[in-house]
Amino acid sequence: MTTVDDQSVGMDYLESFPRKFLRVYLPLGLIIFFLLFPFYWMAVTTFKPDAEMYDYEKYNPFLIAHPTLEHITKLFFDTDYPLWMWNTVIVSVSSTFISLFASVCAAYAIERLRYKGSRYVGLAIFLGYLVPPSILFIPLAAIVFQLGLFDGNLALILTYPTFLIPFCTWLLMGYFRTIPYELEECALIDGATRLQILTKITLPLSLPGVISAGIFAFTLSWNEFIYALTFISSSENKTIPVGAITELVNGDVYHWGALMAAALTGSVPVVILYSFFVEYYVSAMTGAVKE
Amino acid sequence: MAVIAEPVAADVKRGSLWSRAFESRHFLGAMFMVPAIAILILFLAYPLALGFWLGMTDTKIGGVGRYIGFANFVSLSKDSVFWLSVFNTIFYTVFASIVKFAIGLYLALLLNERLPFKSMVRAIVLLPFVVPTVLSAIAFWWIYDSQFSIISWVLIKAGLLTHYIDFLGDPWNARWSVVLANIWRGVPFVAITLLAGLQTISPSLYEAANLDGATNLQRFRHITLPMLSPIIAVVMTFSVLMTFTDFQLIYTITRGGPINATHLMATLSFQRAITGGNLGEGAAISNAMIPFLVAAILLSFFGLQRSRWQQGGRD
Repeated sequence: MTTVDDQSVGMDYLESFPRKFLRVYLPLGLIIFFLLFPFYWMAVTTFKPDAEMYDYEKYNPFLIAHPTLEHITKLFFDTDYPLWMWNTVIVSVSSTFISLFASVCAAYAIERLRYKGSRYVGLAIFLGYLVPPSILFIPLAAIVFQLGLFDGNLALILTYPTFLIPFCTWLLMGYFRTIPYELEECALIDGATRLQILTKITLPLSLPGVISAGIFAFTLSWNEFIYALTFISSSENKTIPVGAITELVNGDVYHWGALMAAALTGSVPVVILYSFFVEYYVSAMTGAVKE
Repeated sequence: MAVIAEPVAADVKRGSLWSRAFESRHFLGAMFMVPAIAILILFLAYPLALGFWLGMTDTKIGGVGRYIGFANFVSLSKDSVFWLSVFNTIFYTVFASIVKFAIGLYLALLLNERLPFKSMVRAIVLLPFVVPTVLSAIAFWWIYDSQFSIISWVLIKAGLLTHYIDFLGDPWNARWSVVLANIWRGVPFVAITLLAGLQTISPSLYEAANLDGATNLQRFRHITLPMLSPIIAVVMTFSVLMTFTDFQLIYTITRGGPINATHLMATLSFQRAITGGNLGEGAAISNAMIPFLVAAILLSFFGLQRSRWQQGGRD
């Protein structure tokens, strides 16, 4: 997204502070409060002992009188949570790398080799991006079962690319398009092969695009739910989202402390990654919509 | 240097069919497409086709189905739970999308103002979209608890209520509760993408309008909205698509209850196909979603066309 390269400053300086407070800061503050409150509530519940959690008369529910780690230790040592975390990492990393590899090749071929029919293939891949997992999971379950992949990490590693590849390819096509043809022509004259051009010229120049696609793909696979819920049945093979809501609820007994601890600790890795790459993440998100 | 030059020279001398094929961009292009196309055909195109077929069979989990034509659709058309789920899906999509658009556009306009710590505020706003939906939905589930809901507690303390709200036990309360959770998750996406659109509008347009004596409302109506409309079309299509096919929020917060009052078509198809074992019937419910999706995609297509036209390209 090209930001406007304009030296004008607007007429903001004409506005007094109290007026701007009412017009901008107050509504902005309220919306941010609405957006952040669930996270605050998640964190407060995680570190609150059970006695306080269910007693709103004696303790103020918004504060913690005696912070405790009991829910987190219970989650890490009494459940399969560490295994779910491990599965989630393995599945997200592998499916992201598979998708990036396939997408870089495909996007380069569509944008730069321009073989016969490449435009139509590009369009078909964009349409693939619009097919939602909720209409694919039933037939996919049948296929996964036939291939003998049911209840294993491989079932997820191979199916996640179905929503990652269309997205990454579409995003990378946009990035490759911005690289001048002349650079490739120079390399061709110097005797470079197509593969050398891709790895030594196109990829380094579109590195921000590759990082954006990778970060976004990683968070998408970390967050995926419906395939993981359908294709995995035993507790030790589950991912965090699935494990949290299927294994931490015993009948009508909800272990809110452990549930909130799982929600919090399952979100933290993505949030840390996101905080390092905010700009890349945003450009992936807006880029995919804009193209 | 000589080491690098050698293989090239050898290639030229050999000049075999194989090396010439690698210089053809059509052949090379096809080779480059193999990994992506293989995965997409096996796990996207084939399942899509298989889904149409399954919807016309009486397949059960672990068994082979018979072709039964449109019998699944006929029985669904007499199934009141199915029609309830269609109603819920449309209700959920319409209300959540309208509010997401309104708050999202408002938030985008606020974020486009001159703000201190602007990039940090933007990063924080996007958090609900980044965090795994299921995990934040668990937090909403706890917020909506019938005995320990923090919302009820605050309202009672403020003297606005006398007893706790039964958020998820009453059909209409449950519907509005899941809509609210969906709005919470969707607003950041709408706001940040619209903000990216707003940032491409030149401030000089607003200055010119100011000099001509335009009011705030007029500037919004005659500059912001027309300049933003192509991206609004695309963002809202995506948003509608995601909301219409939503599964995670409902499955986590209500599992379709109370008495199917919040079942969406996606959660109902999961319940029939995976929990109940009737793959054929579940696939038929999924297939019933496709006409709506095609409508949304067409909308997106025409939105893109319009944006090209507005940028001065061909129609």
